[in-house]
Amino acid sequence: MTMTTATATATSGKVRVARYGSISRGRRKTLFWSYVFLILFVIFFLTPPVYMLITSLKTSAEISAATNPWWVYHPTLSNYIELLTQNQYLTFFRNSAIVSVCVVSLTMVVSVLAAFALARMRFWGSATLATGVFLTYLIPDTLLFIPLFKTFAFIHDKTGIELINHWWVLIILYPTLTVPFCTWIMIGYFASIPKELDEAALIDGAGYMQMLTRIFIPVAIPGIIAATIFCFTVSWANFLYPLAFTTSADQLVLPVGIVTTLIRGDVYNWGQIMTGALLGAAPPLIIYAFLMDYYISGLTAGATKG
Amino acid sequence: MADVIARDLRVARVERRITLHKFARRKSTIAFLMALPLITIVACLVVYPALYSIHLATLNKSMQHFVGFGNFEFLFRRNTFWMVVEQSLLFAVTAVIFKAVVGFVVAHFVHNLPAKGQRKWRGMLLIPWVIPPAMSTLAWLWLFDPSYSAFNWVFAHLGIPQIAWLGNPYWARFCVILVNVWVGSPFFMIMYLAALKSVPEQLHEAAAIDGANWLQKIWYINVPMMRNIIQITALFSLIVTFANFDIVKILTNGGPVDQTHVFATWAFTLAIWGNDIPLGASVSLFMAPILAIAAFFILRNVRRRGNEA
Repeated sequence: MTMTTATATATSGKVRVARYGSISRGRRKTLFWSYVFLILFVIFFLTPPVYMLITSLKTSAEISAATNPWWVYHPTLSNYIELLTQNQYLTFFRNSAIVSVCVVSLTMVVSVLAAFALARMRFWGSATLATGVFLTYLIPDTLLFIPLFKTFAFIHDKTGIELINHWWVLIILYPTLTVPFCTWIMIGYFASIPKELDEAALIDGAGYMQMLTRIFIPVAIPGIIAATIFCFTVSWANFLYPLAFTTSADQLVLPVGIVTTLIRGDVYNWGQIMTGALLGAAPPLIIYAFLMDYYISGLTAGATKG
Repeated sequence: MADVIARDLRVARVERRITLHKFARRKSTIAFLMALPLITIVACLVVYPALYSIHLATLNKSMQHFVGFGNFEFLFRRNTFWMVVEQSLLFAVTAVIFKAVVGFVVAHFVHNLPAKGQRKWRGMLLIPWVIPPAMSTLAWLWLFDPSYSAFNWVFAHLGIPQIAWLGNPYWARFCVILVNVWVGSPFFMIMYLAALKSVPEQLHEAAAIDGANWLQKIWYINVPMMRNIIQITALFSLIVTFANFDIVKILTNGGPVDQTHVFATWAFTLAIWGNDIPLGASVSLFMAPILAIAAFFILRNVRRRGNEA
């Protein structure tokens, strides 16, 4: 037995030594081709954002002059100045910011509480509820907006509360997208915290609320950051709900505002549209630049924790 | 005397049972109260509307009376409906397959790099996923512009004939899928990269010793090891792609001649612009069966994964 393993290691060692040079040459070749193809993919992935930036630095005259579209001959910041001094664009930005901040805080409170209850304090039907939360995450907004639209019209008829065409109604709508997912990933994070920690807290006489605020939230901070980022990105980017529920120019949020107000009839002011889109994409991009690792852990947690 | 003691003991035991019971009840009550906001939101804003849309689908246009399957019969007789079914399936299936292939290939390339450089490349490659789709689709719309298309400018210099990107129905379908692949493949890349990291290096060494080439290593080691993640990611993406709205809405708005409408955009057009809410609801309900099938398989995979861990 020892003989055979010894010979096996000896032969494998010999093989490795014999092929060592070729493996390293092979590695270098793989590395070279990986870089070549990655550069091609990066060009494909970054063309639209780079083109946005190029166009945003051009005047309308240069855009319509049909010169090289991939180069800026007379760079100018006039599009940025025009948009940022315009009240309308700032209104979209403000609406988007308020809606996102409210949705994020609401979602995080609701989902952290619920995830703690579902992950640690069993009650009747809690396992079913956890699965149910996951299933509701899979129901898309495109299926929900029609009945919600009708329900809101119905509420208006019965109580006189106008819910359609107000930006704050989005604070009620976006949790349909964010709450199930955030609860789901928080359940995953909380379930991974060792049981000994909460037993120790119980022995020391902590209540459930203390257990949550003193132990679970501090330990699960990476998960909370990941969920918060997800929540913010979703509420910043959603296009369907604001398009269906808001119409007047002062009630719009960024994505819809850019599409509906900067395109007037058939006149496309591309310089401004690209500037608006780039500025609108800036907050998620900045957050991503600083918190990339949390962003990625949030992405993978949804499907890998369970 | 003994009787009294026995009675005392019994009383004590009963009392303890009551307090234990009370304690358990208190714990579960607290838990239930903590989950109550979640239950309220999910019940009022997700479950109720989902069920309500089934009811809506059985009403006539003015929502005055019940027409049973009338809306569905009407849809089945319309050519546009079958076109939308065909396009939705074509769009979702093709886009998911391409996203998975691109994500798989790019993940392998990134995995080949030395560990130090990976972060930088991963960061650049995930950008399409971070930009809100509505905004990046505007950039694509401008790249595909009929008179100023930047692609056509490049083509003109290379001597390739000009393409009416969004004017021709076939090219429009291609463009919609292309933009969706562009937005979605970084997600696959990240998921597959995470899965690749968990494949033990020894397996590759053993395979290298046995003389396996790179294709065999991928096919016989990476694919089986990553199977669960490949499936879950593809199913997740199938749901999201099948329900896609932003890209089609902004890029083509269903045109030319309704050739690129998917369920979501057509339902929106019928319900919000056409003011026929029941018909829109019936169209959007056709997304439900595919979602249910995908959800069933996802849940099975997630459970299986949970058991393995």
